[in-house]
Amino acid sequence: MSGAVEVIDHYLYTKDHEWINLEENTGVVGITDYAQNALGDVTYVELPKEGTEVEQFESFVSVESVKAASDIFSPMSGRVKEVNRALEDNPGLINKDCYEKGWIATIEITSPDEASSLMTAEEYRKYLETLEQ
Amino acid sequence: MPAETVIYNTPLAGEHAVLGAKMVAFGGWNMPLQYAGILAEWEDNRKKCSVFDCSHMGEFIICGDAVACGLDRIVTQTIADMPPLTCRYGAMLNARGGVIDDCIVYRLASEAWMMVVNAANIAKDAAHVQAHLSGAPFQDASLETAKIDVQGPLSRDVLKPLVPGIERLSYYGFGVLDVAGVRCIVSRTGYTGELGYEIYCPWGRAVEIWRRILKDPGVKPTGLGVRDVLRIEMCYSLYGHELEENISPLEAGLDKFIDWNKDFIGKEAVLRQKEAGPYRTVGYFVSGSRKSPRAGHALYNDQGKVLGTVTSGTFSVGLNAGVGIGFFEKGENVLEKKIFFGDDKAKTESVMTRRPFYKNGSLKK
Repeated sequence: MSGAVEVIDHYLYTKDHEWINLEENTGVVGITDYAQNALGDVTYVELPKEGTEVEQFESFVSVESVKAASDIFSPMSGRVKEVNRALEDNPGLINKDCYEKGWIATIEITSPDEASSLMTAEEYRKYLETLEQ
Repeated sequence: MPAETVIYNTPLAGEHAVLGAKMVAFGGWNMPLQYAGILAEWEDNRKKCSVFDCSHMGEFIICGDAVACGLDRIVTQTIADMPPLTCRYGAMLNARGGVIDDCIVYRLASEAWMMVVNAANIAKDAAHVQAHLSGAPFQDASLETAKIDVQGPLSRDVLKPLVPGIERLSYYGFGVLDVAGVRCIVSRTGYTGELGYEIYCPWGRAVEIWRRILKDPGVKPTGLGVRDVLRIEMCYSLYGHELEENISPLEAGLDKFIDWNKDFIGKEAVLRQKEAGPYRTVGYFVSGSRKSPRAGHALYNDQGKVLGTVTSGTFSVGLNAGVGIGFFEKGENVLEKKIFFGDDKAKTESVMTRRPFYKNGSLKK
């Protein structure tokens, strides 16, 4: 692994390495730097349909790298509002810029309380340390 | 499957660490999965020149007349009439006609042979070969022979200054040549579909050869990740996927590597299958999108009927689409037919095609 793993301060994180950036009742969702690095070059993203209802920690996106397919779990419950269509032609955005241009979907949050079950950036950094061998 | 326990390091393990490789356990060996990333390594290999550490592979040395010593019976391919300094690809079968392993046989001299086998199969192959050799000298040289593959359209140009005589090697020919001053077996063979060479060198000299080749700024190290993409793009079989003890060479599409005019172990069973026909067969298909088939996916027709199983699948960088190899139950493998891969939940349309997927390789240039 080259260099330190990037973590954004004001985002919230899951143990499966998804992030969510909450603004009022909408959250932008993606995967973390740790996840994109572990996956390797992303070659395909199976985006959910807009309007799909998702439960917290339910699989709602599939991200494929050259060698494998991985499920991405929604950090919070809600309705898929928008998906990042740029990933259809350019899935490598997830590798290049996982926290900005490589976002996957926005979700209209239905249970804001669930945020308390996610990790803060500080907690996620500590969690990553426990994963390092 | 239980987690693989790493047993062996190749002599280049330290080099891989310095190069920042992501490592993976493969066939009992600690091997580089990738360095710069699979997409970048694909470009390095198909457009320029790349090196692979393949020191995990097995090498056996056998001495004797091919027929009298029993070697000819062990391999499906014609061995006895091979010209010296050539190689041949073939398979070893069990009595039921199933593939024990695939291999390349090198004729070192009129009565001296090297057999190259898969890393995960070294022990069982050595036992099988020895059991069927009529007392001929046999040496498992796997742990003293390193192997460095130099592959890509520029590989000949890269090796020219280091390996006097390299330009004389023709496809599937080899020589005992000096590589940067170290005596090695160098064959014009590979597993990528590009012009390339496999260098067999003493274990203790691998580091200096590896470093010398990588001194050329046009050469990049490549790992097992891209190697699998490259071999799938060429529709080459991999043991544990398209080849297994319960898969016959006919089913695996290895017909042209069988010499029916000689006796070989498993011949009777394979011949019986050939005459009885039809049997399950290997087939190749291209996904209609960037979504890739994966080993274990089912194959379906447009009515949802299961036709077979995917044995290898990947994203093909060359085709910018998913590609797959699978086994189709007897009578179900029809060219140009629309099929689907996936599972109960989601199926992806694809089209059957002829091998290889990638047709622009520099293999025979």
